[in-house]
Amino acid sequence: MSAAMQSGPVTREITPRIARWVVAGLALVWAVPFWWMLVAAFRPAGSGADASLLPSLTPTLANFAEAWASADFPLYFLNSAVLCAGILAVQLVTASLAGYVFARLEFPGRGFLFALFLVQLMLVPVVLLVPNLKTVAALGLYDTLPGVMAPYCATAFGTFLMRQSFREVPRELEDAAMIDGAGWWARIRLIYLPLTKPALVAFSIVSVTSHWNEFLWPLMVINSPDKRPLTLGLASFTLSAEGMQAWGLIAAGTFLVSLPLLAAFLIFQRRFVNSFLASGIK
Amino acid sequence: MLLPLALLSPSLVFLALFTYWPVVEVLWDATHAATRRGTRFVGLDNFAALFADPTFQRALLNNALYALGTVVPSLVLALAFALALNGAGRMRALMRAVFFLPVMIPLVAAAALFLFLFLPGIGLIDHHLARLGFAGANWLGDPDLALAAITVLTVWKNAGYYMLFVLAGLQAIPDEAREAALLDGAGPWQRLRHVTLPALRPTFAFVGVIALLNAVTQVDHVFVLTKGGPSDATKLLLFYIYEQAAERYDAGRAAAATVVTLALLAALTALSLSRSQGPETAR
Repeated sequence: MSAAMQSGPVTREITPRIARWVVAGLALVWAVPFWWMLVAAFRPAGSGADASLLPSLTPTLANFAEAWASADFPLYFLNSAVLCAGILAVQLVTASLAGYVFARLEFPGRGFLFALFLVQLMLVPVVLLVPNLKTVAALGLYDTLPGVMAPYCATAFGTFLMRQSFREVPRELEDAAMIDGAGWWARIRLIYLPLTKPALVAFSIVSVTSHWNEFLWPLMVINSPDKRPLTLGLASFTLSAEGMQAWGLIAAGTFLVSLPLLAAFLIFQRRFVNSFLASGIK
Repeated sequence: MLLPLALLSPSLVFLALFTYWPVVEVLWDATHAATRRGTRFVGLDNFAALFADPTFQRALLNNALYALGTVVPSLVLALAFALALNGAGRMRALMRAVFFLPVMIPLVAAAALFLFLFLPGIGLIDHHLARLGFAGANWLGDPDLALAAITVLTVWKNAGYYMLFVLAGLQAIPDEAREAALLDGAGPWQRLRHVTLPALRPTFAFVGVIALLNAVTQVDHVFVLTKGGPSDATKLLLFYIYEQAAERYDAGRAAAATVVTLALLAALTALSLSRSQGPETAR
């Protein structure tokens, strides 16, 4: 995988110089919403300077304390974490098993089955909202976290990614293990999975990021306030705080909800970028 | 034959439940109507009613405008960002991170931030416009402006993501091509036009389709910012389906709209398979 965030000197020559100044200006514009979020979140309430982009001289954590207390963010955090961890755990199993089948086993109908898997790339659950909701209800999973997780348990993207990376593992390693009497599960666990860690990490990053940020499908499935993930919690919190014109609170709530992934991204930039590029393979 | 099926079965169970069966169900629902004694086959009646519904027509038009308004600027910006920020250096790394950060936050969080940006009078945009001597507007409350406002938010959110693919595409261009152009005395603009852009064509075909798919499948911000209003100005396809199903309980109408949306997505995906080499450009 290439390191898109880096590059050699030759590519620089294709850039007209004026473009670089324009882009630097755009970077400032791009940063404004985030900058405002930070400034507003740490500004004392009632200072009447909502639209100011200058940081307060007396920064405060009061907005965070109030947001944290008023909207049960701890519970939303927990729900989101359970959702992401649950989805990922099942996906890693289903995707490695299916990826192994499509990478290494020969059987009639393999091409057809693989094509059938790839159909899912297009049929994202949000488009099939209504029928999926009926299925979830029929399974008795309406208004439960497993109901939110269920449509994501099989993953065409994960299967595709694992198939590609399993194929790069030398077949001789598996043959040797087979001679030693290792069954299919031992071969996947002891040979394929350890050797394809980068792909597993890339898939995990994309999976967790997309489900942490998801809104519409959980909105359809979840009814009880105590089962809301962060995004649903933030949306209802925002709409109630908007009525009070409490912009510092909204900024603090938004910051709280966005913080985990933003922090992870800033720490592991390269890994995130490479994972997102891998996600474009779909 | 047994082992492959056994290993595929966990995936196949979920795919059957949440991908294949829903398609069958939505086709069934779209061609049936509820009666007192169960359901009745009505052929294409639901579709006829759907296309006759002015709100649906509006949603189709809105979504087309929204797709055009997000895809073209996002791609142009992604190209500009990538061209300017390709290469090493602290400032470049910082700017790339700035453009990419919006990708990492939930769309509802972006919507929460833009709620204040777009606030009439005292909001971030109007407040600073006023200081510069310009009149503000009711960005989200004016039917002529609301769709443009959510388009701006979407471009802000997604352009950095598309930038990644353009950066990767730039690095896949062989140095020889540029060196040859340099030796021929081509200036920066000429090199851009005759070397770089043609080489990036597959990347753009691929990223363009992702952006189009996003324009249909991402509607979270509509829930927070406008709820489809004012006067249907920001009603997009998926929001229309949600409304028919969750608020009007019109299963036939919702299913017919879903079938139309699926047909659009299928057409776009077919386009992407025929026009781009996704895997190659993405690496």
